[in-house]
Amino acid sequence: MKDFNGKVLFLDRADINTDEIIPAKYLTEISKSALQPYLLEDLKLANFSLEDLKGKSIILTRENFGCGSSREHAPWALEVNGINLVIAENFARIFKQNMFNCGMMAVELSKEKIDEIFKTFNGKETTIETDIANGKLIIKSSDTNIEVDFSVSEFDKSLVEAGGWINYADKNY
Amino acid sequence: MGKTIAQKIFDSHKVDNPAGDINVINLDAVFCHEITTPVAINDLIERGIDRVFDPNKIKAVIDHVTPSKDSKTATQAKIMRDWARKQGIKDFFDVGQNGVCHALFPEKGFVRPGYTIIMGDSHTCTHGAFGAFAAGVGTTDLEVGILKGVCAFHYPETIKIEITGTLQKNVFAKDVILSIIGKIGVNGATNKVMEFTGPVVDRMTMEERMTLCNMAIEAGGTSGVCYPDRTTVDYLWEFIKNDYSSKEDALEDFSKWNSDSDAAYSIKLTHDISNLKPMMTVGYKPDEVQEVNGKEKIKVDQIYIGSCTNGRIEDLREAAAVLKNQSISPDVRGILSPATPAVYKQALKEGLIDIFMDAGFCVTNPTCGACLGMSNGVLASGEVCASTTNRNFNGRMGKGGMVHLMSPAVAAATSIAGFITTPDKIDEERSQLK
Ligand code: SF4
Repeated sequence: MKDFNGKVLFLDRADINTDEIIPAKYLTEISKSALQPYLLEDLKLANFSLEDLKGKSIILTRENFGCGSSREHAPWALEVNGINLVIAENFARIFKQNMFNCGMMAVELSKEKIDEIFKTFNGKETTIETDIANGKLIIKSSDTNIEVDFSVSEFDKSLVEAGGWINYADKNY
Repeated sequence: MGKTIAQKIFDSHKVDNPAGDINVINLDAVFCHEITTPVAINDLIERGIDRVFDPNKIKAVIDHVTPSKDSKTATQAKIMRDWARKQGIKDFFDVGQNGVCHALFPEKGFVRPGYTIIMGDSHTCTHGAFGAFAAGVGTTDLEVGILKGVCAFHYPETIKIEITGTLQKNVFAKDVILSIIGKIGVNGATNKVMEFTGPVVDRMTMEERMTLCNMAIEAGGTSGVCYPDRTTVDYLWEFIKNDYSSKEDALEDFSKWNSDSDAAYSIKLTHDISNLKPMMTVGYKPDEVQEVNGKEKIKVDQIYIGSCTNGRIEDLREAAAVLKNQSISPDVRGILSPATPAVYKQALKEGLIDIFMDAGFCVTNPTCGACLGMSNGVLASGEVCASTTNRNFNGRMGKGGMVHLMSPAVAAATSIAGFITTPDKIDEERSQLK
């Protein structure tokens, strides 16, 4: 199983699409690792710089993350940058499926919760510990510490445990 | 309780129900192109399970960048080509026979009512126009599809959109779908099938229905779908005539898929298009939709007519009707990419290619090319493109470029003016000149 703990990158915008996560011109790469330098290269977000990615393992964002193209290069670009967990209000279907298919996690929280986390932590160095068995996220900064419940479906959980859909399907079908 | 068309298709293809509302369904076709498939092929080779579930159900094309533009795209094409040969995939379309996947595969008769189809491409929803469940997936789903012929989905929920009224002159299927996306938003149909029904859809040709279903994904939809009817039968007849004794017979068989009148929908909408005007997008999201009228201040650098949304013969006819005996503005470049070789040949036969070239358009081979900023018309930073494609994302057609989505008729009118305008205005000017 992959690692779902670490420092948080806050992306305070809705509808971040897969062209922004990894532009189409890099889709000619045939290895995942080649995507590493280009993650979020075309992101339209004020004050964001690619430097912000350094050392981050988790993305926290708003609604409809990963809309647009079906490219699995989007989760791969996250994965090769050490980001295995994205937390958002909700996701585009294909992106979310791609995340779990890769054994990664796309976790949905309510708008209120997302608002609260942005308000409390955005701008501070923040880490998240993920307790999958109990469905808890432990969110910490130097002065605050909160616990948030989350759930992923049984099926998605089994994909994460199996290390992705290929392993799961190869065993079961 | 009755069922929707998507639910009927799921129930007839169900293999497993591993948890909750997840259904693993078997697939009637797996479509492949050279951008998302090679990684899956390499992974299968690496795992030592380099097989396909059924070579006859896999259809493959090189379409996104073709002919190859550099060593990397040449390698992607080669991986596809070698794999198709090795696996005995007969329906493989390479340089000379290739065209944009979602235009080519329907034209070859590969899509039938009641089919389940996946492809590593988000606009796979296009094929729902035939009454199929067709969904874009990522490379892992594609890989499992290739290997096992199955895919997992949530049991489908559906938004029913009844389109009523009569389209005015110079208003087309593209304007209808843009207006729907503008209304429900880029997230409005996430995890749902968009079922398009009503008198306007009933009157639409298959090509128009494909334009409609093509953009379902821009509202987040899993698939677009239209009911199979007489128009579907007529379109498919040359491919199915040996399977049915008559068209009536085929129609009766296809009708079994249509949603029941008491089927449950998550949302039901009525969309009256009687007063709909030519539409376009203005920002970087496909739901930022406004009327074209009044946008004359927007100057453009490039006009692009093509893609799986609007690169078919009816689209070329629509644009050529505006362009006939006209020249494009000296301030713009016009690029036409007929979506498939058959579209190209038909356009030649009808004299449409002459009209485009006489007006000053560059006509490229069939390919996705410029639509995703890969080749054949990439924008420079700060440039503006009037485009008949389906995505206006930041950087989509070239870093720093701006894309306005619109119908072929508006794109053609814009190419003549050099700024965004409607075909009516071009007509007016024409009659004044006389
Ligand atoms: S024409 Fe554009 S949208 Fe359609 S399949 Fe090709 S790249 Fe994708």
